[in-house]
Amino acid sequence: MSRRITLFRAAALGLGFGFLYLPIALLVAYSFNASRLVAVWGGWSLHWYGELVRDDKFRGAALTSLKIGVMAARLALVLGACAGLAIARFTRFRGRFLFSFMLMAPLVVPEVILGLSLLLLFVASQAWLGWPMSRGIVTVTIAHATFGACFVAVLVRAQLAGFDRSLEEAALDLGARPGAVLWRVTLPGISPALVSGWLLAFTLSLDDLVVASFVSGPSATTLPMAVYSSVRIGVTPEINALASVFIAVVIVFVTLAFVMIARQERRRLAAAQSS
Amino acid sequence: MALLEIDAVSKNFGAVAAVDRVSLAVEHGELFALLGPSGCGKTTLLRLIAGFETPDSGRIVIDGSDVTSVPPYRRPVNMMFQSYALFPHLDVAGNIAFGLKQEGMERRRREARVAEMLALVQMSDYARRRPHELSGGQKQRVALARALAKMPKLLLLDEPLAALDRKLREETRLELIGIQERVGTSFVFVTHDQEEALGMASRIAVMNEGRVAQIGRAAEIYEYPGSRFVAGFVGAVNLFEGTLVVAFNGLTLRVPDIENLLPLSDAADLPEGSAAALAVRPEKLALSPRRPDGIAIAATVASINYQGGVSVVHLATDAGHVLKAQMDSDAAAAFGRGDELWASWDPVDAVVITR
Amino acid sequence: MIGFGPWRRWALIAPPFVWLTVFFLLPLVAVAAISLSQSADAIPPYTPLVARGANGIELLASLDNYRLIAGDLRAYANSLIYAAVATVLCLLVGYPIAFAIARAPKAWRNPLLFFVILPFWTSLLIRVYAWIAILQPTGLINRSLRALGLIDAPILLINNEFSVILGLVYAYLPFMILPLYGSLSQLDESLVEAAADLGARPSLVFRDVVLPLSLPGVAAGALLVFIPAIGEFVIPDLLGGPGTLMVGKVLWQEFFDNVDWPAAAAVAVVLVGLLTAPLLLAQRLVERPAPGEP
Repeated sequence: MSRRITLFRAAALGLGFGFLYLPIALLVAYSFNASRLVAVWGGWSLHWYGELVRDDKFRGAALTSLKIGVMAARLALVLGACAGLAIARFTRFRGRFLFSFMLMAPLVVPEVILGLSLLLLFVASQAWLGWPMSRGIVTVTIAHATFGACFVAVLVRAQLAGFDRSLEEAALDLGARPGAVLWRVTLPGISPALVSGWLLAFTLSLDDLVVASFVSGPSATTLPMAVYSSVRIGVTPEINALASVFIAVVIVFVTLAFVMIARQERRRLAAAQSS
Repeated sequence: MALLEIDAVSKNFGAVAAVDRVSLAVEHGELFALLGPSGCGKTTLLRLIAGFETPDSGRIVIDGSDVTSVPPYRRPVNMMFQSYALFPHLDVAGNIAFGLKQEGMERRRREARVAEMLALVQMSDYARRRPHELSGGQKQRVALARALAKMPKLLLLDEPLAALDRKLREETRLELIGIQERVGTSFVFVTHDQEEALGMASRIAVMNEGRVAQIGRAAEIYEYPGSRFVAGFVGAVNLFEGTLVVAFNGLTLRVPDIENLLPLSDAADLPEGSAAALAVRPEKLALSPRRPDGIAIAATVASINYQGGVSVVHLATDAGHVLKAQMDSDAAAAFGRGDELWASWDPVDAVVITR
Repeated sequence: MIGFGPWRRWALIAPPFVWLTVFFLLPLVAVAAISLSQSADAIPPYTPLVARGANGIELLASLDNYRLIAGDLRAYANSLIYAAVATVLCLLVGYPIAFAIARAPKAWRNPLLFFVILPFWTSLLIRVYAWIAILQPTGLINRSLRALGLIDAPILLINNEFSVILGLVYAYLPFMILPLYGSLSQLDESLVEAAADLGARPSLVFRDVVLPLSLPGVAAGALLVFIPAIGEFVIPDLLGGPGTLMVGKVLWQEFFDNVDWPAAAAVAVVLVGLLTAPLLLAQRLVERPAPGEP
């Protein structure tokens, strides 16, 4: 009986992961396809990677996306950490319901709404306040920082839930003012959430197509925007190469972060128990 | 002038009075214990002294200054937490130096002080280790060193021995006493273990339901408990409830189900007819197969609890009254279950309790 | 935060609060306002709501855009249906996976979760694009079936409801698995054992013990899938066809193709209206304090 159940579970996992990774595996495989056609396998080749490197359009877009990603992630981290701390620790304050709603809604509201609404704001603001002069890197950064902050807040809040408050009391007891406690004890204590928060905000920024399409301008084409316009024209093998590079980079980064965070969590748990 | 004065301090949480008009004083260089069952308010009182809670009424004065509304980071008090609360992102030296950094001590002096503290708790080789690499006992030493690093006037310890196993507990107890004598700081510690309190503290405040039941030296509290609660909580006791009656040999206690009146040694001022209890410690109870002169209560041995050097003999009277007698195991070996014996004690060894 | 007085509190609350009010709330107000306007050949391409006309200040707001929407509700119906179907499918597919991970040996759980989350970190756009290569007439599936001799002509697997829903399930599956896992992993193993000990068959144990206790995870996962899926754009755009119009695409087309901003805004308002009930539900779920919070 139990063997049948284990078989069922193994099958569920196998099929599930197969489903999730099939497209990715395919992309990577075809990025090495010498033939241009997806239908035909022409042998192994790095041709498309070469094409990719030579392509100015993608290179420029990648740079733009990276710039935006780094700035948006930093902003998102600061805003999200403040928000996560506030919502986790301050149980009652005026506007808390609204605050909590505003922290949750951008996570689930469809991107078309986020994009359109921000664009309309920027347009109105340009008409009434003269800013922003033109839409581009700054407006996209603002948009990405907005929903990025909400993701960071979720992670920070979750990590704070398990945080040992006696550490903060100990710091106060030893002479640290509340601000110093926050900076020297609480934030280092939730650093896994901060690191993964930055990474998450960065990745989401890099990946965003819809919002960027609405709020960006002619001068700033992001990588997803470039990919999308390419894909609409037709499937080009260069994109496979781009996708594979992207996937490889993300896997490396995320794995590193995951390992680092797991190690830190293990240490924190070991430090907290009286063995 | 006392080092710490707690003056009619109260603290409520909702409808519950966690600390109820407590007043006590701790002198310089004392090892003072707050002893009581869980929920008695001892931890709350400790946190009030540290500054993590503010009293609803009353004052707390340390070395002459009123610190009642002073935040914890400005009080000359430091605390050793029950969970140690070592900062996981700093090494041992970093933990100890934390408080010194906060007060702006310059690096050379700081490092010297850290080294001094490490030597005090015998952890000099562990300066670079991280908290997760330490055992429980080692973590505690670091916590102690960290709390003493700033040379506070008063050190608070929250259940310092609770997380340790029995053997470690004994060793640590002696070490703590030694360190306290060497450093000279007053220690105030909280415990629910009366053995620990009796063994370590110079003075003890026994607390119950938010109030101080009795304050005094360990021996005083043990030998002369002032209330039924203290008598029962601190050590084992035989308690006889009854009424005061004047007899030919002075004031005695009439206990229902015990045929003879029990003579009292010092109950001079108490009115006849009032209710009172007599407390006799088990080691003061003598057992013999032949009826002695003076106090004699007939009882049958119900069980003998062997504890190594001493044994505790439990007896029951015909009326069901349970008695406990403690003696050397050699002496206890003479008795067996079912033996009919006489229990007695010297009236001087018994204490009258009216509260 | 201990010791944080009123001004310190507000110093922490204010930056994100103000930011979100300005860059999330205010924009929504702008959308609602513009939805009452009309498309115009100007920059910006809509008429102002209030203008000084011959008779003093005139209100130019109108509900025309909404009337247009009411005239053709197919896309809205599609969106609700596809999102609902995708949610149910995500649940059916995700539950066994989450269950298997929760019951796996302790050391395997985090790595398994990591591999569930990993695809989420790689661009959705790229992965959806990969499905085109798999589903199209000359794609992997059709070619394999032809090579195996099972079919003569390619099956239409793309640009229809099948591919859209498949895409939705694919994209949102991790969002269902994670909260489900969260619920299932908190399930006390001893409850299951107690039920079995009392004589219940595994299927009954599942139905009467495991399933009810995992409902919070189910609810969270369902909302995390349903709400964004309704307004999804990329998937119906790349994998869908003319018959699978969804609200997200309608909004995009109004904005980019027709340059009719007010119409797009009206679509957005209706979409937000559709989502209000689920959003408030989600808010209730989120506000339940996590263990450790006051």
